[in-house]
Amino acid sequence: MEEFLTDQLKTQEYFLNMGPQHPATHGVLRLLLKLDGEIIRNVDMDLGFIHRSIEKMCERNTYKQIIHLTDRLDYLSSHMNNEAVCLLVEKALNIEVSDRIKVIRTMMDELTRISSHVLWWGVMGMDIGALTTFMYGFREREMINDIFEETCGARLTMNYNVIGGLRYDLHENFVKRVKEFIKHFKKKLPEYDKLLTNNVIFRKRIEGVGYISEKDAVAYGLNGPTARGSGVSCDIRKIHPYSAYDRVDFEEVIFTEGDSYARYKVRIQEMWQSLSILEQLVDKIPEGEYRVKTKAVIKLPEGDYLQRVEAARGDFGIFVKSTGQKFPYRVKFRSPGFANLTALNKMTQGLKIADLVAVLSTIDIVVPDIDR
Amino acid sequence: MVLNIFTDIHNLLLEYMSEEATHITELILIAAAYLGIFAILGLLLVWLERRVAGFFQLRLGPNRVGPFGLFQTIADALKLVSKELTGTVKADSQLYRIAPYFVITTALMSLALIPFSQEIQAFDINIGLFFLTSVSSIGVIGIFLAGWASNNKYSLIGGMRTGIQMISYELSVGMAIVTMVVLAGTLQISEIIELQKDGWFIFQGHIPAVIAFMIFMIAGTAESNRVPFDLVEAESELGAGFHTEYSGMNFAYYFLAEFVNMFIIASIAVVLFFGGWLSPFGITDAIPFAGLFWFTIKVIGVIFLFMWFRWTFPRFRIDQLLTLEWKYLLPINMVNIVLMALMVWLGLTL
Repeated sequence: MEEFLTDQLKTQEYFLNMGPQHPATHGVLRLLLKLDGEIIRNVDMDLGFIHRSIEKMCERNTYKQIIHLTDRLDYLSSHMNNEAVCLLVEKALNIEVSDRIKVIRTMMDELTRISSHVLWWGVMGMDIGALTTFMYGFREREMINDIFEETCGARLTMNYNVIGGLRYDLHENFVKRVKEFIKHFKKKLPEYDKLLTNNVIFRKRIEGVGYISEKDAVAYGLNGPTARGSGVSCDIRKIHPYSAYDRVDFEEVIFTEGDSYARYKVRIQEMWQSLSILEQLVDKIPEGEYRVKTKAVIKLPEGDYLQRVEAARGDFGIFVKSTGQKFPYRVKFRSPGFANLTALNKMTQGLKIADLVAVLSTIDIVVPDIDR
Repeated sequence: MVLNIFTDIHNLLLEYMSEEATHITELILIAAAYLGIFAILGLLLVWLERRVAGFFQLRLGPNRVGPFGLFQTIADALKLVSKELTGTVKADSQLYRIAPYFVITTALMSLALIPFSQEIQAFDINIGLFFLTSVSSIGVIGIFLAGWASNNKYSLIGGMRTGIQMISYELSVGMAIVTMVVLAGTLQISEIIELQKDGWFIFQGHIPAVIAFMIFMIAGTAESNRVPFDLVEAESELGAGFHTEYSGMNFAYYFLAEFVNMFIIASIAVVLFFGGWLSPFGITDAIPFAGLFWFTIKVIGVIFLFMWFRWTFPRFRIDQLLTLEWKYLLPINMVNIVLMALMVWLGLTL
């Protein structure tokens, strides 16, 4: 019978073009799949559909103008990206910012992280077929966005950081709203576990899927929650503390299984950690200036500068080469999504199409961050 | 009891034409009525699904067009009717056009057997349940053809999955029905309902009936291609699956047929387990057409369960789907049939 099948029925591998317009590729990412039936043999990633040459644009802009461009990289962690530029310039010029600025920046970072992870959680459920999670995620995200809107005037690309501090002082409702959010979210996070984490179908779908070992994770340069799911310690907040991270008590979440479920758990636990950081800081926002006066034209001394921050997706780095002008000579962004995406082929070898969608979801890519 | 209104129509027609012509006219009238029922059912269920989804997802759902947004789906249907029927150049054009009709024809044929009330059932034959299962398996061909003929890889994968899924789960649906037929001892739908006068089958058959009900619900969800078994469409993987290349009314046929099929599955569940149009404790047996009310209530209850599944669960993967069917549902089902047969033989039913 088997001989008959192989002789009479010729099977062959075929290519499937997934994207750039596809609901599961989270934007305009094109995946070229080589398939054997439903089994994945190879994944080719094709980038460049929303390349806006942001790095080149930075070379024509002053340092103050660069900040708002970084909003457009990983738009879900725009505050962290802004902060990276500000920290870099402040470090280069030895600008000492007040404690108030540091604490507010840290709180905003963590709020951004929660809002990003909450969106990821919703989309993760949607990719696996549970459409309701998306709306639940947005309920919490909406609360955070309202907090941002009150203080920064914007909900997504906040552009709240300026060199030497913050654009505006905190809104008077900020502390009250954050406390409300903490109380609300503490009740809702266990609900997330009930709805998705402990669901049998969900567990079966992602446990043991998309495995990547610790060694491979390091070799591919994975970072952020994706790498921490494989047991790599890589939290910039711990390794090179910035802003107020040296004075808060939190744990770096690490799971060692290396599969999609581990990456999922990392992000869920990170939300608890962010919540704990917020709780520690919300009552202790120091009084002081919200902005330090800086020169109108900022010129960095000649040299190379690097600043890393822990964005929602991982290690966001910005490298600036300055020739002493008011424009940078060269700017390079090290985006977490790009490195994480490269491991997709390794993770999905021999899996099914449905698994690819799940794995891509646990990597948590934002395409504008990958395509700069 | 045939109600006077139907005999009145019959007599009225006889006055004007011969007996044969009357029969043909009546058939046409019934067919037209069922087409209407098909459309209204489909549209109402789409509306219900949207409202239920809104209820589960912290939002309102359609509530602007007409009372409670009832006319929203009608507006959508009008939009679909007025749209151009596009198709791909390289599609197998004849099969591509025929495919949707397989689905709606079979849905309509099954609908003819549904006992809406004691009086309203177009087609009550002695092999009713057998007819229902056989007709509903033809519906698969429509989806299968759509997948193959579209000449689109996403459609093709959707089509392949359909073949695997529907054929597997038909076994479970069939065997769950067989379990209940063992208890009833007849395949005729009206008789099955009459037998439940003393107690619905889910109570009469207690343990095996409950197991059969659970299997029927799982397999029924799979048969109607709904979450967690919506691999055929799987929007996050395949775009729209088998109907990716369909537009306008051709798409609407699939869309409506999906909801009507869900209604049919729910109706079979109600007939087999919850006494069809019978009222609880026979409180409204004397009132004509009261069965319609009870039947609708029960069916909506079962449909709500289906919708609850849809808006709660994630989707299975194709291999897990097959494991569930062949390694769990089918063996349990077989044991369950034997159990039911033993119970009927030993007279342990209530």
